[in-house]
Amino acid sequence: MPVEIRMPALSPTMESGTLAKWNVKEGDEITSGDIIAEIETDKATMEFEAVDEGKIGKILISEGAEDVPVGELIAWLLEEGEDASAIDSAAAPAVAAPVNNDVAQPVAAAPAEVPAVLTPAADEALPEGTTFANITVREALRDAMAEEMRTDENVFVMGEEVAEYEGAYKVTQGLLAEFGDRRVIDTPITEHGFAGLGVGAAMAGLKPVVEFMTFNFAMQAIDQIINSAAKTLYMSGGQIKAPIVFRGPNGAASRVGAQHSQNYASWYAHVPGLIVLSPYSASDAKGLLKSAIRNPNPVIFLENELLYGEKFDVPEVEDYTVPIGKAKVVREGTDVTLVSYSIAVGFALKAAEELAAQGISAEVIDLRTIRPLDIDTVIASVQKTNRIVCVEEGWPTCSVSSEISACLMERAFDYLDAPVTRVTNVDVPMPYAANLEKLALVKVDDVVKAAKAVCYVD
Amino acid sequence: MARQTASNSSSSRKAKASTSSALPKLPRAKALKATGEELLEYYREMLLMRRFEEKAGQMYGMGLIGGFCHLYIGQEAVVCGIQAALKKGDQVITSYRDHAHMLACGIDPKPVMAELTGRATGISKGKGGSMHMFSTEHSFYGGHGIVGAQVPLGAGLAFANKYNGTDNVSVVYFGDGAANQGQIYEAFNMASLWALPVIFVVENNQYAMGTSVKRSSSEVELFRRGESFRIPGEAVDGMNVLAVKEAADRAVAWCREGKGPILLEMKTYRYRGHSMSDPAKYRSKEEVQKMRADHDPIDQVKQRLLDGKDATEDELKAIDKEVKAIVAEAATFAQESPEPDPAELYTEVLTAY
Repeated sequence: MPVEIRMPALSPTMESGTLAKWNVKEGDEITSGDIIAEIETDKATMEFEAVDEGKIGKILISEGAEDVPVGELIAWLLEEGEDASAIDSAAAPAVAAPVNNDVAQPVAAAPAEVPAVLTPAADEALPEGTTFANITVREALRDAMAEEMRTDENVFVMGEEVAEYEGAYKVTQGLLAEFGDRRVIDTPITEHGFAGLGVGAAMAGLKPVVEFMTFNFAMQAIDQIINSAAKTLYMSGGQIKAPIVFRGPNGAASRVGAQHSQNYASWYAHVPGLIVLSPYSASDAKGLLKSAIRNPNPVIFLENELLYGEKFDVPEVEDYTVPIGKAKVVREGTDVTLVSYSIAVGFALKAAEELAAQGISAEVIDLRTIRPLDIDTVIASVQKTNRIVCVEEGWPTCSVSSEISACLMERAFDYLDAPVTRVTNVDVPMPYAANLEKLALVKVDDVVKAAKAVCYVD
Repeated sequence: MARQTASNSSSSRKAKASTSSALPKLPRAKALKATGEELLEYYREMLLMRRFEEKAGQMYGMGLIGGFCHLYIGQEAVVCGIQAALKKGDQVITSYRDHAHMLACGIDPKPVMAELTGRATGISKGKGGSMHMFSTEHSFYGGHGIVGAQVPLGAGLAFANKYNGTDNVSVVYFGDGAANQGQIYEAFNMASLWALPVIFVVENNQYAMGTSVKRSSSEVELFRRGESFRIPGEAVDGMNVLAVKEAADRAVAWCREGKGPILLEMKTYRYRGHSMSDPAKYRSKEEVQKMRADHDPIDQVKQRLLDGKDATEDELKAIDKEVKAIVAEAATFAQESPEPDPAELYTEVLTAY
């Protein structure tokens, strides 16, 4: 039987990619381990290795083809003694065939509830006639760093794989080429060390942007972030500043298990002396990162891997910045407030759409800044809707949602017609199995249910 | 205190470990010399440190200083000798045993003592305490309370020097206890990899709180701790200010020439406990007494001054008197200054933006 060769996935979240190059042609003999093709996405490039041996019988997708869906049949491999005619007989019943072993990694079903990205309402302050570029969060972050590096010689980027590899998630793409290795610096795998070194450089007046490959690894460095970066201004009576940005992906990615799937927003938000930002859209990612780099204080900038490839409209305004400490109403409504940040804003927006279809008008707030928390914007909304659901892709205990709930008890108790409700991940370490992971993560359905519950609607 | 260098002591290993021969070599030590003027300056500085610390200990006992208080008595030659080799703009960073480092940097004793008593006139406005003091004016970057954390920070100061193209060096002090912290070796690796101008100074006073070096370290020759990072190291008699100064001169020259980091192990001794609350029962009174009698850094300089007829007993007594007056003034200042305004509680959490 001829063997199917299907489009591989580079990661569980990849849905399609470019078949950049075939290294083999029809009739070539291959053995397992041969590199038969190169696959590209906006995030990475991967060599596609053969698993079986045989002869390339037929190439179905030619090189250069873009948006080839993961799992699509791209070639046939003939086993010993077979010729091309065997393909025809094999092809006929192959319609429902499961993904073949040739694929280097299992193709996940669509990752747990990555929402269709809805573009939030435009920024209120933009001049009339502003045009927008539809770019990914990844590009927006890169543009922010590049713009700040062009205007301030003291800004440099440091981290694992940020320079020659151009970022483990390709966020620093192109920076080495433009700014050179003095300002775009590959570090050893040494989080505690380079976080401390970055803080020392900041104390000496430089403005480091330190990338953690993910914030999970920043736990190795958390002493330097908190004891050295956050507290020294106070301890020195205002003498020693640490203008540094720690940035990188935070929260659950997809199918990477407990140690790589944690949201640290409330951890850092607990600490006086830090600023904590966690944007959702590309425009906020860009505008806030520029503000963060200019800020004279240590800033924790929490990104989300699943949002990197999502596109949003970013204003084509020279030097676009977003103020730190200001939440944004991304959808107006009257019946219930949904307050969220980072990837969960997408869930909240999706839930708001579903609620609208059921006659409930939900207002959605993107906090954007976690510390200092813009509780005034939340309270103003609650004064209007009298009901609130906090939506957070993270654990519930001592979460950002918990903090909002406490603030509302203190300052908006009389405006509430229903208990403040939290919709979060489940209070367990992140499981690996696809079904369990899906159960552990916050879901749009849960948001819809919670919103209806606080509205006392069945 | 035998003087030894990395290359001498490691000669027996060389046959086995061929890579060690590739380690950069430090220039050879020169004979220890100092002018009468220099000796007098060292005497005066070290005496100021000692009298300051004695006064701090006394004030702690009177309840005027709170929390922890780590005294430097016995170790004065280290910071005095190294500081004498530095120039303006060279940065210094150390741990919580930091009072003397600040005095060596030329910082007025008054705000230092007032920080110890937690007053508004303290160098950190009373918000730092004895372990957390800084002076950007004097390129002193703390004063850090977490054992070993100052080492990557100090490498970062050196990184900034290199980034900015200056020829300044940073001096990073840490203790024999901190020498077992992992982040120090992360800093060593990057400092050597990027040839950062940083002098790592291990102040080996032989006890990490109550744990002796022998009980805590698989390699007790701490100057060799940089070998696997190709950082040359040298052990120095840290009780002899001239030996310290001589080694520091070579280390500073090494760093200024762009040869990367260097590691100096200062063999020293603290006469007092780890902190004021440590009765130091882990060592004998005789051990302490012997160090004081045979190796005291201040007595050594005093003897040299008298032997070389660079000063008379009377002249030295006059310096003693002058130093006592400075310390008394600092103590008075620290007791009479007001406590911080309650409004200070909320300031300097963030820089305004």
